[in-house]
Amino acid sequence: MARQERIGVFVCHCGNNIAGTVDIERVVEELSHYPGVVHVEDYMYMCSDPGQELMRKAIQEKALTGIVNANCSPTLHQRTFRRVAEAEGLNPYCVEIANIREQCSWPHADDKETATRKAIAIIKATVEKLRFNMALTPTVTPLTKRVLVIGAGIAGIQAALDIANGGYGVVLVEQDIGIGGHVMQLAGTFPSLEQPDSLIASRLAEVASHPLVKLYTYAEVEEVSGYVGNFDVKIRQKAGYINRGRCNACGMCLEKCPVLVSSEYDCGLSQRKAIRLPSPAALTFHPVIDVEHCLHFNGSQCQACCEVCPEGAIDFSEEDTFVEERIGVVVAAPGYDLLPVGQPEAYPEDPDIIDGLKFERILSATGPTNGEIRRPSDGKVPREVVFISCVGSRDPEHGVPYCSRVCCMYVAKQALLYRQAVPEGQAYIFYMDIRSDAKGFEEFVQDVMDEGGILYLRGEVSRMFRDGDKIKVWGVDTLIGRNIEISADLVVLARAMVPRPTTRELTRKLNIASDAHGFLTEAHIKLRPVESLTSGIYLAGTAQWPRDLPDTIASAEAAASKVLSLFSREELLHEPTIAWVDEEICSGCEQCVANCTYKAIEVDKRSNVARVNEAICEGCGSCAAICPSNAVQLKNSTPRQFFEIIDVAAG
Amino acid sequence: MRLEISLGRLRNEFVAKITELSGQDINLCYQCGKCSAGCPMSFIMDLLPNQVIRSVQLGLAEDITSSRTPWLCASCLVCTVRCPKGIDIASVMEAVRQIALRRSEDFIDPAGLERDTVAELPPIALVCGFRKLTG
Repeated sequence: MARQERIGVFVCHCGNNIAGTVDIERVVEELSHYPGVVHVEDYMYMCSDPGQELMRKAIQEKALTGIVNANCSPTLHQRTFRRVAEAEGLNPYCVEIANIREQCSWPHADDKETATRKAIAIIKATVEKLRFNMALTPTVTPLTKRVLVIGAGIAGIQAALDIANGGYGVVLVEQDIGIGGHVMQLAGTFPSLEQPDSLIASRLAEVASHPLVKLYTYAEVEEVSGYVGNFDVKIRQKAGYINRGRCNACGMCLEKCPVLVSSEYDCGLSQRKAIRLPSPAALTFHPVIDVEHCLHFNGSQCQACCEVCPEGAIDFSEEDTFVEERIGVVVAAPGYDLLPVGQPEAYPEDPDIIDGLKFERILSATGPTNGEIRRPSDGKVPREVVFISCVGSRDPEHGVPYCSRVCCMYVAKQALLYRQAVPEGQAYIFYMDIRSDAKGFEEFVQDVMDEGGILYLRGEVSRMFRDGDKIKVWGVDTLIGRNIEISADLVVLARAMVPRPTTRELTRKLNIASDAHGFLTEAHIKLRPVESLTSGIYLAGTAQWPRDLPDTIASAEAAASKVLSLFSREELLHEPTIAWVDEEICSGCEQCVANCTYKAIEVDKRSNVARVNEAICEGCGSCAAICPSNAVQLKNSTPRQFFEIIDVAAG
Repeated sequence: MRLEISLGRLRNEFVAKITELSGQDINLCYQCGKCSAGCPMSFIMDLLPNQVIRSVQLGLAEDITSSRTPWLCASCLVCTVRCPKGIDIASVMEAVRQIALRRSEDFIDPAGLERDTVAELPPIALVCGFRKLTG
């Protein structure tokens, strides 16, 4: 290791943030005769242009070989100062930050003497670390400019379109038989009340026919290996038992199929055959045989579909097939589900107690009642409808602690659409708070109250039960402080939004994190909101957090723009402060392999020593910490450097 | 007792009458409470002004007509000036009083009053008692 012997130290006042607590003059004095330090300088704001100019001048005049910047946290200005050094011909990894603000002046604001001594110790310790820093250069890896988008709901579709329109290939994988996701089930969208068929259908058509989008429906991501820039993906194309090439979508098999099953698309309000066809809006016309319900797959000799198919497209022997694709990055948009209600005493099972998605189907012109509002039990037009917000949401005891964010608005929208369809009817909305915090949302809710004549009841519901033709709803209006009872014809529950159950499996395949509720975890909620902690894997839509349509599309566009900005480079640069194996010492014990979160290290079978994949390693250091013989070390964070730091800090 | 809320109650005659007399759209109220917060008489009211409005929204005629609040209202219009949704709450109060007055109930039977009582009563109390139909 090269010893850094011409070191410059720059001490920042940060206005009064540091100088108000730390005696800068004493710090400068102490450091100016410290071994190896040839230049010490302080300034009001080192990060400012004049401050950077002082650094430039000193690097040239004193021929500095290393720099310690004593100022705020490295997350703020390490990059700034390393850039200054690099521009002056100094290796950026020979610049280190001594954090004397967050870790010194702020917490010790009441004790100047301690703060000053601690600042001196921190800077000296950093100088000792710097002495043994190596001059490093970023590693370069090739970049495959092709994207895997998982999920063809509106988030996945939007991300795929943005990337494909930017000129890059997209592999879009959807597990369902058609594209569009939940949004195509909706009757209208708040606050403008546009129908998804007209609003979203053009996007669906565009993605389905885009020359740069390779669409796999009824398919799943089986396996993902590799690293940012170079992932290999194995896609399982599930057997549909109807040859896609031969099928001409005539629909005769559907007519003949004798099995009736409740429809997923209509949330059980209508029936479908054991041969599934995507909804008309989904624009993909590949029917598949539903193995779970098809008689042929359940012990019967039924061949009804085979007998009528004019193209001989039915093939009961079809098997799942696998396709391999090479891609550079992934956008994960697997979407949401609704939390099962539970609490049967509060919300009993009843055909006229339904969830929000089901009511969307009842309201929808493409729904089972063609948009006529009829309740499921007897097809009567409901005269009084009760909506209940926060069913499962904001209920840490029985559901989830978070707010599902969309319910306040969709309940208002549904109540309004109901009133428009049944003008003589009355809608009631039980709520705890009304959250309407986006553009045009509050105005929409006020319109619903004012002109829609919807009665909002501030309070929740304790129980409901059937009473002849009606459902009695027992709740409270906390504004008048009285228990109330409503005899409803139909009750709509705004159930909490949760990630799809398959999301957890996906996080394992992609090696990304999810939170306690199963939502995908972003790298930083404020600063890196659409990236996962794994390089090259981006997040979009409701799998990350409950989102409405505008937010979902914005998050998908954000993920796509991260991808496009990455693709504007020819190759990938990777931080060089990563793990390094001393092959002379390594015994191939594999403890580091087991400890690596990123799967970046493996033991070479022939030489029996660990090898680090430089493109994957994030430099977290868990391998170095666990290695029994110190054979794995983190570049520029070696045990020797830490012992030097401890010596100074303890001395 | 559980209060029954229904379509019939929400659109009952009382609500229609209040709307007609006051010219106010009661649905506009979102129960922020500014009217009550500023009311100089609220300290002796049994229903706060916002509760009166809420009771109209729910069609609770009985609660309102049996309340002291409309009679304690000083018609100072602070509620009307403060209301963020532009509801003239003082007019709603007046509408409640009108409904009561138009029932033409005799609050005072002058013939039945003791001579001594009449002597002790401030004349304005008697005037107020006869005010029905003149409001």
